[in-house]
Amino acid sequence: MQITVKVNGVSHTHDVEPRMLLVHYLRDVLNLTGTHIGCDTSQCGACTILMNGKAVKSCTVFAVQADGAEITTIEGLARDGQLHPVQEGFWEMHGLQCGYCTPGMIMTAVDLLQRIPNPSEEQIRHYLEGNLCRCTGYQNIVRAVQYAAEKMRA
Amino acid sequence: MYPSAFEYYRPSSVSEVVQLLSQNPDAKLLAGGHSLVPAMKLRLSSPAALIDITRIPELSGIRDAGDRVVIGATTTYDEVMRSELVQRTLPILPEAIDVIGDLQVRNLGTIGGSLAHADPAADLPAVMLALGAELKAVGPSGERTIPADEFFVDLFTTALQPNEVLTEIAIPKPSGRTGMAYEKFANPASGYAVVGAAAVVTLGDDGRVSAARVAVTGAGPYAVRRTETEQALIGQEPTTEVIKQASQRASEGMTFNSDVFASEEYRAHLTRVFVGRAIAKAAQRARG
Repeated sequence: MQITVKVNGVSHTHDVEPRMLLVHYLRDVLNLTGTHIGCDTSQCGACTILMNGKAVKSCTVFAVQADGAEITTIEGLARDGQLHPVQEGFWEMHGLQCGYCTPGMIMTAVDLLQRIPNPSEEQIRHYLEGNLCRCTGYQNIVRAVQYAAEKMRA
Repeated sequence: MYPSAFEYYRPSSVSEVVQLLSQNPDAKLLAGGHSLVPAMKLRLSSPAALIDITRIPELSGIRDAGDRVVIGATTTYDEVMRSELVQRTLPILPEAIDVIGDLQVRNLGTIGGSLAHADPAADLPAVMLALGAELKAVGPSGERTIPADEFFVDLFTTALQPNEVLTEIAIPKPSGRTGMAYEKFANPASGYAVVGAAAVVTLGDDGRVSAARVAVTGAGPYAVRRTETEQALIGQEPTTEVIKQASQRASEGMTFNSDVFASEEYRAHLTRVFVGRAIAKAAQRARG
């Protein structure tokens, strides 16, 4: 089936099998490998991207479902060589160790900060429930989101 | 992981959906897909065709129908919990939805999908029973309305026929001094309800309970109302003692699930405790 998807501002048209997952379309067809496959069972959130502005797990969406949608991946966040405030927050606050979960964490945090510009620590932890990190114990991830929230409000 | 191959259909009207269902007996409806797609990836489910119902305008959206709030079946959790009308009239819905899955699941998962899938540990079946919702289904012979009380019939089984599609959920707006609450004991790994209890309590001018609906999910094969508990509340002032007595009856005559997370006995215990908590919170909110 032919689909047209706008990814990071660029329109792409491809013929795909209905069973192709969106994460495979992004990684294998568009070569956007910043979106990771972690658990592949809808638990870990490493594959989180924004579809029409909302955080979704791209391992649990078929590419055909994204036909006509606007997708943002981790590669699409920086502007003119400037890191997005959430990316900067993960850098500044050391919000990662191995980095595997980081793209998904960042995309979910972007959705959170669109909804709640000034989230409490409890809200940050609640909204990141669908993203698992096996390194950091989450402390610095929460600080990274707090850093970004402050920067985005300024 | 790839699921096995399937035909993909994307109808634009409900009548087209019904036609496709009749032509493809092995088809599954695809809405948010957050129960179906994981099952397909594990090949627990291998439907020959998927009928994507998320691009049908008449199936989505929330409207004020006077004494009822009507929610389209493919309205997402996120849309429901962010609706000002829902927040104002049916606050138990945002309360329950906030503890479903995670943000990503709520962004795509749909209210109709949760009800039609009838996972024994899903949250909304209990909430819909407590709210006295009515579910509308359309099939080859037209549309019919199914009360929530008759909708959940067994494990992953509803009153829907294979060639019917759930189209909307109509929920009566509460009247008078009504409070509602959802209390859940969540599995710490999956977030699903080990036991979840929903209560909608209305108080008369004398401060006594004039109406009560209480339902439980997660405990047994499907969500059920707890009429013995409701009866024990009606006509009484909802004191701590009355609520305790009423919630003791919540496990009467129930079939309980048993698994590695919780035994039958533990689920029965949780049912009594969480029903009590939901009623107490609902009664407190009804007092205002």
